[in-house]
Amino acid sequence: MAKKNGLLSMAIRDRYLLLLFLPVFAYYVIFFYLPMPGMLIAFKDYLPGNGLFGGTWVGLKWFKAFFESQFFWRLLRNTFLLAFYPLLFGFPIPILFALCVTEIRSPKARAAAQTASYLPYFISSVVVAGMIVNFLSLSDGIVNGIISRLGGRKVNFMMDPKWFRTIFTASGVWQSFGFNSIIYIAAIMGIDPELYDAGRIDGVNKFQEARRITLPCLKPTIFILLILALGGILSVGFEKVYLLYNGATYETADVISTYVYRQGIESQNFGYATAVGLFNSVISFAIVYAANRLSRRANDMSLW
Amino acid sequence: MRRKELRAYGNSAANRAFFALAYGFVIAAVIVTLYPFLYVLSVSLSSVEAINTRFITAYPIDLSLAGYKMVLGFPDIWQSYYNTIWYTTVGTALNILATCLAAYPLSRRRFFLRRQLNFFIAFTMYFSGGLIPFYIVVTKLGLYNTRWVMVLPLLVSTYNVMICRSAFEGISSEIFESASIDGANDITTLFRIAFPLIKPTLAVLTLYYAVSHWNNFFGALLFLGDQKLQPLQILLRRVLIMASPEVLQRMGGGTAVQALAVSSLQIRYVTIIVSILPIITIYPFLQRYFVKGIMLGAVKG
Repeated sequence: MAKKNGLLSMAIRDRYLLLLFLPVFAYYVIFFYLPMPGMLIAFKDYLPGNGLFGGTWVGLKWFKAFFESQFFWRLLRNTFLLAFYPLLFGFPIPILFALCVTEIRSPKARAAAQTASYLPYFISSVVVAGMIVNFLSLSDGIVNGIISRLGGRKVNFMMDPKWFRTIFTASGVWQSFGFNSIIYIAAIMGIDPELYDAGRIDGVNKFQEARRITLPCLKPTIFILLILALGGILSVGFEKVYLLYNGATYETADVISTYVYRQGIESQNFGYATAVGLFNSVISFAIVYAANRLSRRANDMSLW
Repeated sequence: MRRKELRAYGNSAANRAFFALAYGFVIAAVIVTLYPFLYVLSVSLSSVEAINTRFITAYPIDLSLAGYKMVLGFPDIWQSYYNTIWYTTVGTALNILATCLAAYPLSRRRFFLRRQLNFFIAFTMYFSGGLIPFYIVVTKLGLYNTRWVMVLPLLVSTYNVMICRSAFEGISSEIFESASIDGANDITTLFRIAFPLIKPTLAVLTLYYAVSHWNNFFGALLFLGDQKLQPLQILLRRVLIMASPEVLQRMGGGTAVQALAVSSLQIRYVTIIVSILPIITIYPFLQRYFVKGIMLGAVKG
């Protein structure tokens, strides 16, 4: 009873803070917490007319259907690879760019190069996908224009499953390398200049300087960002895949999120799509959790 | 002695090779980044004859604004531009207000629910109900095909609330003490004292929120079937990716023959330029704020 009074008196004391937080509290309840029990739809036969908690129970029917579906392994493979390749190529390039751009002597030229490099990050995925589709178009794209001018045979890039991963990865690196380099550039700028002076007295050249001084100083940053990136390995973005793929390239392009969209929103198979989505969130949650545990441990290590 | 060594250091062959590689890499990266924009701009400004007969590479041939006249004469562009501006301004204003409303209580050390509410919002960064339950909730709320569907489900970003919370925490406690001695309650303190003090952080958050609204495609794809409400990104997809013959024809002036005469390629590239122009023009002036935004996040994380 005393405790209850304590809470009540604290609530009265903090009434204005509670009042301020109230609208955002409602927002989180409605758009995040209310949908959570909706995941139970994965275990139900759900018709579009039903309420969020309606429908009849069917147990694991949808999960079974998904695991036995011919698309299961394809979706898993594509979801993994379309995160893995951009990571493989997209992770080292910002580090390399940061190493090089910080060597530019004129501050103005350096700032201009950096400004240019972040630009694609702020362009919408629709415009990026639109540029890709049009540059690679069979009839009037510049890439095929160059190929035919050089005497080669035109390639139907967007309709060929062999090209999808390359296109997706290369454009992803183009979009984000500059933005992702910002944090490394800041870290390099923060390295104690005395380390370099000492190196110079010892007569190291610039290559040795990069390898023996700069990279070791960047190691903690690299390590933590790598772990965080690994945590996102199953959460490949929906938009760019959706904008770039088509029926002809599903073989290499279709990922879990686009499959959930087609099954759920387009075909209204709510139960099945929710089951597929739930499977994906459970696995990604486990990966993110593991990555966070690892990064916490890595953090302690680097502090030590 | 040392100076001599330093000079030797600056001139050795290895170091010259290093600088050549570093500058070469940066120059190549900048060209690869900017060239696509330059090419799109060049096609958009060339004449139709040049597009059909010459190979345009990095500069416009036979300068012409015909493509821009065509695209800007297309009413759907103006309608979707208006919609995007509406979603961006209303959305960003509400974002900033709501982000402060959430962040301020969470930054007050004495607030008795502080830890619980921090967990309450942070939890949503790791776990969500997934697309379908979210879709059902939003539709049942009657938000489908309304303007609010582009704004309300994106009221705050948890990550930005945390950045804003750190900014409030950075204000010296003496300022708050003197405010409470003067009898100001939390609401007055937030709007009169704390809010103006974190303006630099709010500028960064404004930019991030505004760009995300300007580029929001997914929300419109899910919830806006009504063409009158659709933002620029949906129209862009129809023009650029689906290359909808119907849209290109209407933009090209009514008939298929006329559409062919103006080059559908040019219409597509002009549309790209028209849609990214606001971001490209303000971007160089604001990019240092964008960068600052990242660093705010990095200090936190």
